[in-house]
Amino acid sequence: MQEGHSNEKSAWQPATFKRSTALRKKTESIWDPALIKPALRASFTKLNPRTLWKNPVMFIVEIVSVMTTLITIKNIFIHHPFWFDFQISLWLWLTILFANFGEALAEGRGKAQSDSLKAMRSQTYAVKILENGQTEKIPSLSLKKGDKVLVEKDDLIPGDGEIIEGVALVDESAMTGESAPVVRESGGDKSGVTGGTKVLSGRIVVKITTNPGESFLDQMIAMVESAKRQKTPNEIALEIMLVAMSIVFIVVCATLLPFAKYMSVNVGIPVLVALLVCLMPTTIGGLLPAIGIAGMDRLLRCNVIALSGRAVEASGDVNVVLLDKTGTITLGNRMASEFLPAEGVDIKNLAESAMLASLADDTPEGRSIVALAKTILGKRGGEIQAPESSEFIAFTAETRISGVNIGKRMIRKGASDAIAGTVREDGSLPEDIQQVVDQVAREGSTPLVVSDGNQILGVVRLKDTLKTGIKERLSYLRGMGIKSVMITGDNPLTAATIAAEAGIDDFVARCTPEMKLEKIRKWQSDGNLVAMIGDGTNDAPALAQADVAVAMNAGTQAAREAANMVDLDSNPTKLLDIVEVGKQILITRGAITTFSITNDVAKYFAIIPAVFAAKYPALNILNIMKLNTPESAIISAIIFNAIVIPMLIPLALRGVRYRFTSAAALLEMNLLIYGLGGILFPFLGIKLIDMLLHIL
Amino acid sequence: MTPTNLAGILLFLIITTLLAYPLGEYMALVFTDQKTFLTPVVQPVENVFYRICGIDEKQEMSWKTYAFCLLLFSLVSLIGLFLIQILQGHLPFNPEKFKGVKWDLSFNTAVSFMTNTNWQNYAGETTMSYFTQMLGLTVQNFVSAAAGIAVLIAMIRGFIRKTSNTIGNFWIDLTRCTLYVFLPLSIILALILVSQGVVQTLGPYVKAHTLEGKTQTIAVGPAASQIAIKQLGTNGGGFFNANSAHPYENPTTFTTFLELLSEFLIPVALVFTYGAMVKERKQGWAVYWAMMALCLVGILTALYFETQGNPILKKAGVAHGTNMEGKEVRIGVMPSVLWSVITTDTSTGAVDSMHDSMTPIPGLIQIFNMAIGEAIFGGVGSGLMMMIFYALITMFIAGLMIGRTPEFLGKKLGPYEMIMTSVGLLSSPITLLIFSAIAISLPAGLSALTNHGPHGLSEILYAYASTANNNGSAFAGLNSNTLFYNLTLGFAMLIGRFTTLIPGLAVAGSLAKKRLTPATTATLRSDTLLFVVMLISVVIVVGALTFLPPLTLGPFLEQLMMHAGRTF
Repeated sequence: MQEGHSNEKSAWQPATFKRSTALRKKTESIWDPALIKPALRASFTKLNPRTLWKNPVMFIVEIVSVMTTLITIKNIFIHHPFWFDFQISLWLWLTILFANFGEALAEGRGKAQSDSLKAMRSQTYAVKILENGQTEKIPSLSLKKGDKVLVEKDDLIPGDGEIIEGVALVDESAMTGESAPVVRESGGDKSGVTGGTKVLSGRIVVKITTNPGESFLDQMIAMVESAKRQKTPNEIALEIMLVAMSIVFIVVCATLLPFAKYMSVNVGIPVLVALLVCLMPTTIGGLLPAIGIAGMDRLLRCNVIALSGRAVEASGDVNVVLLDKTGTITLGNRMASEFLPAEGVDIKNLAESAMLASLADDTPEGRSIVALAKTILGKRGGEIQAPESSEFIAFTAETRISGVNIGKRMIRKGASDAIAGTVREDGSLPEDIQQVVDQVAREGSTPLVVSDGNQILGVVRLKDTLKTGIKERLSYLRGMGIKSVMITGDNPLTAATIAAEAGIDDFVARCTPEMKLEKIRKWQSDGNLVAMIGDGTNDAPALAQADVAVAMNAGTQAAREAANMVDLDSNPTKLLDIVEVGKQILITRGAITTFSITNDVAKYFAIIPAVFAAKYPALNILNIMKLNTPESAIISAIIFNAIVIPMLIPLALRGVRYRFTSAAALLEMNLLIYGLGGILFPFLGIKLIDMLLHIL
Repeated sequence: MTPTNLAGILLFLIITTLLAYPLGEYMALVFTDQKTFLTPVVQPVENVFYRICGIDEKQEMSWKTYAFCLLLFSLVSLIGLFLIQILQGHLPFNPEKFKGVKWDLSFNTAVSFMTNTNWQNYAGETTMSYFTQMLGLTVQNFVSAAAGIAVLIAMIRGFIRKTSNTIGNFWIDLTRCTLYVFLPLSIILALILVSQGVVQTLGPYVKAHTLEGKTQTIAVGPAASQIAIKQLGTNGGGFFNANSAHPYENPTTFTTFLELLSEFLIPVALVFTYGAMVKERKQGWAVYWAMMALCLVGILTALYFETQGNPILKKAGVAHGTNMEGKEVRIGVMPSVLWSVITTDTSTGAVDSMHDSMTPIPGLIQIFNMAIGEAIFGGVGSGLMMMIFYALITMFIAGLMIGRTPEFLGKKLGPYEMIMTSVGLLSSPITLLIFSAIAISLPAGLSALTNHGPHGLSEILYAYASTANNNGSAFAGLNSNTLFYNLTLGFAMLIGRFTTLIPGLAVAGSLAKKRLTPATTATLRSDTLLFVVMLISVVIVVGALTFLPPLTLGPFLEQLMMHAGRTF
């Protein structure tokens, strides 16, 4: 059964973009007044050198701003002309404020996002049993270790814990990949339950043993706050480059003083400072914190909580992805895919019997049998009804059989050996049925035998079904240079079948947790960066070893602790969004750095002739922008340098869009926009500002 | 610029490349411990050295040990060379009875030759004894060049090794480079030079009686052997003061060609060695094309402006305006310009004309070539290292722009690499600017100038560009044998040398420890045209942003003023 598979063939790519644009629409625009006000206030508090020094480039700007301000004040007192110096000082301070504003705005958005996430998450409730025996509905996230909760049929178990009362049939397929429900009961070694698993029947009291979710959110909030944020290695490396460039420009400007003096030109300190600030990479320096914070914020908007920025950026480098078969590639629940009638039995008879036996079976398997039978019998939902006299036999862990009694008809379905035991004295199956059963099992599916009284009607093939759109997603990964590897406990034949069906690059069959760990280590020692998505406790060691480890929020506590990201939606293909966000952060940094550096060319052409052409008119040929006066040239350059920061804030917050093309094509395009554009744009900008200043 | 000129230049570049390629491959064999056709001859000699010095051929070094050995070796060289000069009056092979060299000049010269700079604040034929020239200077010509290559090879090993703590053995690399590369080539070149008339004698200077009945002393000496390595090792320190403009250093057109070729040969070959060692020859070619493009633009620009001549001379009707000042008539304009660009590209610093006397724009090209860190082929070893630093910066920015942790040749670049790359790339420019600014502000610096105005600025810039980047050529016109210049230029050379080599080793050490990331479709390749264009742009942008103000006030302003009828 491949429902919806074909008609959503190309659905994936637009879906991500659709989702992200939807998210953008959902959240405020960048210039939301509710966020602007506190950000404006924070722009000033962030001037405090004790916090600003963490951004070395802007810190240098602050030092030289203080210098020019002092010179301006001195000039006011000794009645020297001060207007020019004053303007320079003013724009220098604005440069810092603009940068602070960008950072504060990114922080504000991140905080707003994590707050709303917190609110949304607490909407799932748990029934907590109070000391006095009464119950209270509380948000799952506020559960603490030691709390007792009541879980009934169809409830999700709110957190990892231990059953202290009752027995239940629990669907743990999301955790373990094991499709068959398991019995969990108080006492003994079957008392442990994991958060996110579903109670199919029974009523239990669970004592919570861990503090769920909460701490992740707290960590996430720290990542969108500049003060607490840990810089990633990539960010540190870039910052080193920016500081090194700043140092060179300090030397360039400082040594210009004696060179100019030798050439009999006196250059004022404010002019040199203006040149320095124009040359220094203030654009990227100012926006660097905002880019990192905004990246985390975007990830949060995808409902992914990252516990380290480093892992997010590493996800852009991942070249091997381990995907669990169950839950990621296949739906995890086995679905009826075929009816195989016994000799002399009509397929409709088998289908109808199987359907009747499954009507009361609310497990995914049972529902899938009903659905398949309906298509074979050509019936619609409303037409199916159990006869009045029906008496349903529920599945139990002991009998491993379920079914229905309709009058004297006793229809049963169950595992082959269990059915055989009820049908025949010696507990064996007829030859032909046994063959079918073996064949089905060999192919990696699960055979379910259906009987009516003493007659074996046939076999239902229960098969793992591919998740919708998984094929497209995998081919997408391949396009990004990422190899997908399927991990499964199945035999190689089944694994190969599924792998071929899903278009997976490689698989590891009969995989034990130890093998997973070993494989990851091997890939890593070959130089690969390995990403893994896991949920089960047995995934924990492998998650801890992987470079990028995403745990499902529905997964076990151990898995979440070992991972460096948690996906609140428990959607294993979220990795693609994570990769995209990781890449975007880096691209945005690279693009604005390139823009910032290439801008310097125009600024030289504005300032150098302004400083020297008075003494050496020949140098006027460098004034290719034909700026009006030396003063307006310098002021225009510094104004341009300042206002380019707020102009780029939206880009820094949204991130440069990542396009799924080859590395070279991506680079070419970004070089064209931010490199060549970075050279040309300021010529235009400075000229315009100069013209405006002239008019004013 | 005539077609003949262009054809000559092209021919020169092609011949160099054709010879450099096999040499590069040969060197790759030598440094990866493989058999070459010279192995049967050289290996026994090599082993004797190891046995005497107690060197274990199998022993590998960490980058720190490697750097320590380099520093130790350099220090011993420095002290040895200093002492030889101070004491030369008491040492043999001194037919002209030269006294010991003054301490500050000795220091400057010792630093100069030990750092492969070969800046000369002295005139060889009136200062140095044969003993000093041969056992002091020539030996350093060999080993300082070999040390540079050794460090480059160690750096390349950083890229090819994975999860390794070691990057080779300094003593082995140094010995191999000397025995397998420099000695054989030098012997061949020296013999050809002698056949062309370059002097090689231990006898005293020749006294000639002129037609007017006066006596003239003609300086001779063991020149050919020193000149061979001076060119091959991108050293450039002439035996005679006039360097390769001197007829006993460079007698014929053929020797001009040969000396030019030999100073260009090994820097070009090393690019191919690099390609061969990383086992992707296209990587070598990519770097080759980036360097060659920059080199060619330099040559053509300089040649264009120099053949324009001097408008003032033209107006005066002198020699059609052709600027022959400072050039040997027998060498001519084109070879002089070509040589001036190649010698500043390769950090050789040998000259066959006086760069000071060229028109301002060729001067600007020469300063630019040096100031960007001698990365256009550059000094043996150090030049390619510098270009690798530029490549690391390029790949760092490019890597970010495609959304991946930056990597180069499969090695991820992190904060540590960026620190070392920044130090490697930016120490020399900072040194250049600061020392020039000091020199131009102090009477001690200014008094040495023979020219003023923008030309004076160019002279000082040239001197520190040349020393801080270990080129060694002089613009002339700066009387730099003073205490101030001997010391500041000496320190500039020390800083220039070791802030390139040590960070290079540090990068190698860090990269060798890393895993090698396999290339996938998402990897940004560094052997494409796009990379070459980006690399060239980064070199030009970094150079232009750093040096635009002083170069504008110096050579550029001078050019503008020359056309306005003013000279300096």
